[in-house]
Amino acid sequence: MEKAKVPAITGWFSMDGHEPHLLGSQCTACKSYFFPKESFFCRNPGCTGTEFQEVPLSRTGKIWSFTTNHYQPPAPYVSPNPFVPYTVAAVELTEEKMVVLGQVVAGVDPSTLKVGMDVELVLDKLFEDDASEYIVWKWKPL
Amino acid sequence: MAKGVAILGVGMHPWGKWGKNFVEYGITACRDALKDAGLEWKDIQFISGGETVRNGYPGYVAGATFAQALGWSGVRVASSYAACASGATAMNTARAQILAGFCDVALVVGADTTPKGFLAPTAGERPDDPDWLRFRLLGATNPTYFAFYARRRMDLYGATARDFAKVKVKNARHGLTNPNARYRKEYTEEEVLQSNIVADPLRLLDICATSDGAAAVVLASTSYARKRATRPITIAAISTVTPRYPNTVIEMPNFATDSAYAENVPNMTFRDSIAGAAYEEAGLGPEDLHLAEVYDLSTALELDWYENIGLCKAGEAERLLNDGYTTIGGKIPVNPSGGLTCFGEAVPAQAIAQVCELVWQLRGQAGDRQIKGAKVGITTNQGLFGHGSSVIVKR
Repeated sequence: MEKAKVPAITGWFSMDGHEPHLLGSQCTACKSYFFPKESFFCRNPGCTGTEFQEVPLSRTGKIWSFTTNHYQPPAPYVSPNPFVPYTVAAVELTEEKMVVLGQVVAGVDPSTLKVGMDVELVLDKLFEDDASEYIVWKWKPL
Repeated sequence: MAKGVAILGVGMHPWGKWGKNFVEYGITACRDALKDAGLEWKDIQFISGGETVRNGYPGYVAGATFAQALGWSGVRVASSYAACASGATAMNTARAQILAGFCDVALVVGADTTPKGFLAPTAGERPDDPDWLRFRLLGATNPTYFAFYARRRMDLYGATARDFAKVKVKNARHGLTNPNARYRKEYTEEEVLQSNIVADPLRLLDICATSDGAAAVVLASTSYARKRATRPITIAAISTVTPRYPNTVIEMPNFATDSAYAENVPNMTFRDSIAGAAYEEAGLGPEDLHLAEVYDLSTALELDWYENIGLCKAGEAERLLNDGYTTIGGKIPVNPSGGLTCFGEAVPAQAIAQVCELVWQLRGQAGDRQIKGAKVGITTNQGLFGHGSSVIVKR
């Protein structure tokens, strides 16, 4: 039986298998974007806004920087056994003018990555247990 | 320009993995600093502790913990936590007490005992804490962030892994005979380049370890100091600024930067502004420096700091390094103590230790690593959650 796919964290991204989005918030007063979502006070010091709209963030962006981790990180990261190195990228969203981190999907040769490269958002497994697969957003080169 | 305060005494417990209680390290540093100042504990009117979050409640109330261990004297107390900048924040608290006239002489101390390996978040299921979540959802350790900055130097400025290795080689030589350094061993570029990859492009020998250690300083008003020292070293500035919105450089432990959609990015990056505020407060600039102690959490990050403290423009740090400008004997030696690569990070002690090194250099007491004629030095560091510090010391 196929395991249930559940988000590794609720409300940070849409569980749309085709065109997933990160879910940010936008201040209704100054239009600043926030990820993770802001819901109390606008963090722009020049704005007194307190109302936010949930918005899907751009699905594509450019690599700001990236690295491949070759050592197993400590808990609460759940590593496969044996540990497999994985790549993390910082990606600049052109429209929102912000940088968002995410793992890079497995199977990408990190030596093919470059600062400035175009990537898109996909959903992928972060880890699994007996009952469920825990899903997270990842970046995939275009 | 803010009024200065004097540094009457400095002291350290050597860095290492000693397996003892952090209080013991701190007390050793305090006693050394008091002896160096020619004072006794009963002379101290204010104690300012840098907190550690790895040693339970006594670590959170570090100021009181050390006051009790030195013997309750009724001294006034404060404890500060500001991640890697905790020691500088504790110093700034003591300085403010002195400048406000509430006390004449204060003791500042930070000490830590750290576990082996990656610094990990506080235990438990804590999905509201970004420091917990970055490990859970990304496996983003501290070296992951250091590696982002290193990779950008390579892709933007053409830096190479060999450039990074040269920083390690330089600092290892600087710290070779420093009695307080944990690692006193020379390395070759090849050894660095062949060490295990941790977070590409950074290798094990590019990244600083975590250590046990302690540092303390005795601060005093200039009038108090004049009665005791003929020519006291003074603190010309302490900067503990936070970032300005929108901060578009990704920093620990965040998932994303601010958005520059509604507001323009500030003229200075956060790291630039840390030293910038110190220069402004001191009425000095990079052209006045004789040395710098910067936070080389990684070799590549030391190169970023050259630019952040104004030694050169963005993209020119590798040239400065390769020209020997930042080696002892060069124009402005950086990390003559050996830096974090020789010490390993003992969080609440580290920003104080940087100042201890400046004091020894400015007094001409730095032994084999002495920089001739040093009169003005700067420290800089940066930590999690928008913390950073810079201290300018002069004689």
